[in-house]
Amino acid sequence: MKPRIGTTLASTTDATTAVVVRWGDADVEVTCGGAPMVDAKGPEAGTTHPADPDQQAGTRMGKRYADPDLGIELLCTKAGAGTLAVGGTPLPLKDAKPLPASD
Amino acid sequence: MNLSVLLDMAAEGFGDRIVVGTRAEGLTAGRVRELAAGGASLVAGAGADAVLYLAVNGPAFPVALFTAARAGVPLVPVNYRLGAAQLDHLLAQHPKALVVADAAQAAAAQRAGLGFRTPEEFLRDAAAAAESAPAEEGFVDPDSAAVIIYTSGTTSAPKGVVLRHANLVSYVLGTVEFAGADEAEAAVMSVPPYHIAAVSNALTNLYAGRRVLVLESFTPAGWIELVRREEVTNAMVVPTMLARIMDEPGLERAVPSLRSLAYGGAAMPRRIVEQALREWPHVGFVNAYGLTETSSTITVLGPAEHRAALDSTDEAVRARLSSAGQAVPGIEIEVRDEDGAPVPAGMPGRIWVRGEQVSTEYAGRGSSLDGTGWFDTRDQGRLDAEGYLFIEGRIDDTIIRGAENIAPAEIEDVLLAHPDVADAVVVGVPDEEWGQRIEAVVVARPGTDLDAAALDGLRETVRATLRSSKTPDRIHAWPEIPRTPTGKLLRRDVVAGLAPAEQVR
Repeated sequence: MKPRIGTTLASTTDATTAVVVRWGDADVEVTCGGAPMVDAKGPEAGTTHPADPDQQAGTRMGKRYADPDLGIELLCTKAGAGTLAVGGTPLPLKDAKPLPASD
Repeated sequence: MNLSVLLDMAAEGFGDRIVVGTRAEGLTAGRVRELAAGGASLVAGAGADAVLYLAVNGPAFPVALFTAARAGVPLVPVNYRLGAAQLDHLLAQHPKALVVADAAQAAAAQRAGLGFRTPEEFLRDAAAAAESAPAEEGFVDPDSAAVIIYTSGTTSAPKGVVLRHANLVSYVLGTVEFAGADEAEAAVMSVPPYHIAAVSNALTNLYAGRRVLVLESFTPAGWIELVRREEVTNAMVVPTMLARIMDEPGLERAVPSLRSLAYGGAAMPRRIVEQALREWPHVGFVNAYGLTETSSTITVLGPAEHRAALDSTDEAVRARLSSAGQAVPGIEIEVRDEDGAPVPAGMPGRIWVRGEQVSTEYAGRGSSLDGTGWFDTRDQGRLDAEGYLFIEGRIDDTIIRGAENIAPAEIEDVLLAHPDVADAVVVGVPDEEWGQRIEAVVVARPGTDLDAAALDGLRETVRATLRSSKTPDRIHAWPEIPRTPTGKLLRRDVVAGLAPAEQVR
């Protein structure tokens, strides 16, 4: 898939949702809990798949998951039990130093 | 991404949380989204190409911001304090705008031939449209204009800074953690809606899940009262506001709920920030530097750095209290000489910035960047060896006395360090012999008197701290120094007050 920036992706194994912050040029599947995520407002929304017990590291709301080599960055908007991954490899949590509120 | 995605995230992540207004009567994130959809349908129905906001800050402001974003047109917040000629000129740029204006601005809207809704009417009509015909979600290009802010024009004619969705979203994602605020947090905003900080504040607090309150007209006692009554945890002020809070005689200043105080928009006198740090030991201070053109903050001096500087015996660390801090993620900063070559650490020069949050365009005037994406802030400053930025004022404010370039900020800092001086400005006044001579205006702190002998003493202090060529030829004591409501010095008005009229060009 090659979603537009700002698209919400929904897990098909649990309630996880994530917004696409960056995508780059890659045409790849992002999985959550081992099954492909789908456009939350697209025709595949609502489909379900069994979860892969080995892809259950979980996500946290508000955290970003990114692979700088693929140019992919997702922002978790609803936390869930599934792991966000590309080609079976988990997307690492982007280590962002929180800034103090400046305005 | 566009701004509506940020609102969608808030509405879906914590839709029942009150994010705008008082605990009793405020709007939830979900309600802001409904009103924005209703407002966007008003925009579409009117065929408007902008939402013009000519009113004081209030709940209608964030609703207008997200209404414009949903409708795919820019929000144009306009300074309601402008004179009629300037206001007419700006309104004439937006003849097809949907206008939200205070009743007091009716005359300006009428002169421009524009109908308007008051903030209350706008919220009422948006609510009705949200019920009957909310706008469909359409595609809004992240590269389209989200906000157009006119610069204050203290040094040149106002320019319309075009901030695209991508600029503002980059700023929010780069500096704020989504849903990072706990439910008890509340922020108070004291700057007017036509200031970039009001726009960025509306976005970042919503994204963090922090409730925002506004103080329409600032007084030290009113600010303290609001902070206590609403148990405010976060506040943003301009330096003159903090100075007035600290200098107000007899004011009870305890603010037990306050956790974070951000300041910016103009230079902060060190005496004031040191006093505030001591009076409020439980508060984290944040100095933020940025411009309208940079979607607000580009450097931050954080709470730990403030405390370390206050307590340090090392002058280099102490000096950081006068620094604007280090660059935020995604922002590059260079200090360059007049030929455009970067200068070494510690050397002053012109501040250039680059990053996704930097605006690329002035309305009707084309690109604001050079060929490689760098923006000239026209601010003078220096970076220390650890990347701390020190702002030395606007390039345009530089005084040229004889052949020497003199930055007023350096002399102002010395004057402001004096315990009897509440405010100070240094300007170049036309002079037959030197081209410009240096003159200063100071304001005495309440309860003190700056007589001729005291003013001579001040000149001696400057001479001993700096050198004779940087010593003001004259220092005047005025009851007040002209500033904009957002704390920026009006140097032209100071010069006009000092120089005979025929010498001022």
